[in-house]
Amino acid sequence: MVADPVLLQAVADLFPNGISRYAVGGLLVGLGTVVIYAGTGIPAGASTFLESTLSYVSDRSRFQRYVGSRDWRLVFTAGIVLGALAFAATVQSGAIATSLYEPGTTGRLYEVAGVTLWTTDVQPWRLFVGGILVGIGTRIGKGCTSGHGVCGVGSASRTSLVGVATFLTVAIGTAQVVAALGVSP
Amino acid sequence: MADRHPLFKPLVFVGGLVFGFGLGFSHMARPEVVLNFLQFEDLGLPFVMFGAAIVSGVAFALLPRIRDAAPLTGSPYERRLKPFDRNVLVGGAVFGVGWGLSGICPGAAYASLGVGNVAILWALGGMFVGAYAQGYWRSRSESRDAAPAGAD
Repeated sequence: MVADPVLLQAVADLFPNGISRYAVGGLLVGLGTVVIYAGTGIPAGASTFLESTLSYVSDRSRFQRYVGSRDWRLVFTAGIVLGALAFAATVQSGAIATSLYEPGTTGRLYEVAGVTLWTTDVQPWRLFVGGILVGIGTRIGKGCTSGHGVCGVGSASRTSLVGVATFLTVAIGTAQVVAALGVSP
Repeated sequence: MADRHPLFKPLVFVGGLVFGFGLGFSHMARPEVVLNFLQFEDLGLPFVMFGAAIVSGVAFALLPRIRDAAPLTGSPYERRLKPFDRNVLVGGAVFGVGWGLSGICPGAAYASLGVGNVAILWALGGMFVGAYAQGYWRSRSESRDAAPAGAD
């Protein structure tokens, strides 16, 4: 059986960086979630950290409801930052080479103390304004890409499936409009 | 909480490490890669989200059959089910605009700092400003809305 080269080319165009780095990364994200869930029964998401951390500095009732979980959420987030740093120090720096990893060409690489780090070219105003909307939206909408997208979808939660469909659709529309307006990067 | 198992935080930390390494490996910590997906130039992103959801989904389905409660907390294994209301649509839409504009979501933003992306501090600062603004506003209606906090 010979595969149709035109079809293969079309598929390759949709995945210019292959799929292995995405699939392997996703499995690890899921594994991190499972480690926490298996030990504690908590389906952890990343966005509650924003509100729970604000409880250290604000007496507002909305933040104070997260006092009981704010310490471990700080630990979870520190783990995410350091896990990503471990990735930078190994795979991103080339200390560990694997055919499952496609390096990519986005942004800019720079080096500090032998570790290859990476920084974005996306403009600061996009990050800041987008960040404000993400901060408002994930908290009002009861979750983000990890809470709804990973734990909620993994739980076959109808609320989370609707949440994911909503933010995915709106994000695609927004990104298309922003690109059509010529905003880049 | 003081009565928590001594391994509670170490385990959460290890889970966070694996989670963050995965976000780095998958390039979700790079806003450009997320934006490329949203513009249909690289469709790899669903492999991350649904790959992770399948792995967690298997655990969510199996663990309650194997054990009654989690070893470090004694909490029963429950699925992550949140009540549906208009907020899911309104908040989801606001999040969608922010995600589509910046290519950044909370977990990926923390990981982005770890891969060396200092510019992400703009997004993290924005997220705290946004989370504070909605919390300030919602604290006023807290007495009406006495629903218990979820563990998302």
